[in-house]
Amino acid sequence: MTPVLIKLGYLAAAVCFIFGLKQLSHPRTAVRGNVVGSVGMLLAIVLTFLDHNIVRFEFIAAGLVVGGVAGAVLALMIRITAMPQMVALLNGFGGGASVLVAGASMIATQVVAGVPEGQLQAATVASGIIGGVTFWGSLVAYGKLEGIVMGGSVQLPFHQVLNLALFVVSLILGSLIVLAPSWAVSSYWLMVLAASVLGIMLTLPIGGADMPVAICLLNSYSGLAGAATGFVLANNALIITGSLVGASGIILTQIMCKAMNRSLVNVLTGGFEAAEGTIKSADEIYEGRIKATTAEELAMVFDAARRVVITPGYGMAVARAQHAVRDLANLLEKRGVVVEYGIHPVAGRMPGHMNVLLAEAEVPYDKMKELDQINPTFEQTDVVMVIGANDTVNPMASTDSACPIAGMPILEVGKARTVVVIKRSLSPGFAGIPNPLFAADNTLMFFADAEKAVLAIIAALKEAA
Amino acid sequence: MEAIITSVTIFVLALWVGYEVITKVPPILHTPLTSGSNAISGISVLGALVFAGVQEGTATHLLAFVAVVFGTINVVGGFLVTHRMLRMFKRKE
Repeated sequence: MTPVLIKLGYLAAAVCFIFGLKQLSHPRTAVRGNVVGSVGMLLAIVLTFLDHNIVRFEFIAAGLVVGGVAGAVLALMIRITAMPQMVALLNGFGGGASVLVAGASMIATQVVAGVPEGQLQAATVASGIIGGVTFWGSLVAYGKLEGIVMGGSVQLPFHQVLNLALFVVSLILGSLIVLAPSWAVSSYWLMVLAASVLGIMLTLPIGGADMPVAICLLNSYSGLAGAATGFVLANNALIITGSLVGASGIILTQIMCKAMNRSLVNVLTGGFEAAEGTIKSADEIYEGRIKATTAEELAMVFDAARRVVITPGYGMAVARAQHAVRDLANLLEKRGVVVEYGIHPVAGRMPGHMNVLLAEAEVPYDKMKELDQINPTFEQTDVVMVIGANDTVNPMASTDSACPIAGMPILEVGKARTVVVIKRSLSPGFAGIPNPLFAADNTLMFFADAEKAVLAIIAALKEAA
Repeated sequence: MEAIITSVTIFVLALWVGYEVITKVPPILHTPLTSGSNAISGISVLGALVFAGVQEGTATHLLAFVAVVFGTINVVGGFLVTHRMLRMFKRKE
């Protein structure tokens, strides 16, 4: 094949990626979109084999087999509840590949002989830095989500100053690649080292419920690292694909930040400013106002309901209660109750986390409602069941401008006739503040593990019938 | 110089296309979007393949082999896990 045909082939692959992403915009076409994307990838890989630099295939074959088997095993074995970790890990591998490819381009210079020198050097530096940050940042995110690394916000003294210093050191080492060519390879790996530490430092302060932002941002970085590698190889397919992913990550990051009414800088620097003494204490809010309930009482409440909305949070994922929740919904629907799900954009540990869990439990997607769709319906709702959610249903966000989640759009569940909150204790959510919803007149608290609680309600409902 | 400008032009335009396409993805599909776009960001594997296939250079082969493994895990794992999730969304049709 001539170089022209190969380039046209890469263009076709890029079109596949764009078309595939476009089809992801509806659940009906999304499966096909993903297949189109993977066909594009297969096409791009096959075209790469025609590169005149490729003369031996044993390392390629070994790498493809090892990576392919490992990737397939990971993808097929992983629990759906562990999806945030999985995405973080995969992200890291992409960033790692970019670092290694740019590293290889510094010793096997014949491959990149045709690339303009300035572009090559700048792109190598960018690949190394962004790739290093992505790889180690993603591993830290994986560790946090898996519970290996401390999950909360970890901050060193002068954390932001150190980060800035690490970034400057990376850039200096990167410029040494150009200024001291005989040391270029050592400079590159030292630069990657500095960027790796930076990646760890950037991710450590992001904790708990802020993880969706970290995932989106790292996703964006992995795309930009891929685009940088595209500049190293002067390959437009990589540039296009990398920038698509870069853009996707940035958009999701924006959406997540907006859904928490916080700036990206605020999330990146470890978040909530301590609001001192200005908000009511937990005792003040809860004292004598909490109404604990039982499964039997809740069965009666559900029995009288015509419309029920379920608002899940991370606690449902932890307890893996989605199947029990679906069973309860099925039981209620059989009795003619309308059941819908209200899902906050930042519920869980990654964008769309709750939707995937509910889909796993075979909840139809048209019952999953976004914040803007579900909020106007709460006034006509008999029962809202809050399961494992806290900050996303905290009315303090709109009533108390001094609290750390002030201005965050919430699920206005308090407008429903009765609110049932399933929670193990009154402990605060990630924002560390009490929740007046728990003490509201129309709220019933069911203190239990999410899954056991729902199973108990189902049993009580069946018994009463 | 002209080649660089062309590449940068492509980069900026592709960012724009990405922005336009992806803002249309509804929140219920944000997890598959993340994992699916993640899979295609494994495109760096293309570079890894070229370096893994050069005639000689132990260091190059080593770096490129690991890069092929990483990239392939990213691509294969990403597409498969996305497929798994999307099928769950579809089956209640």
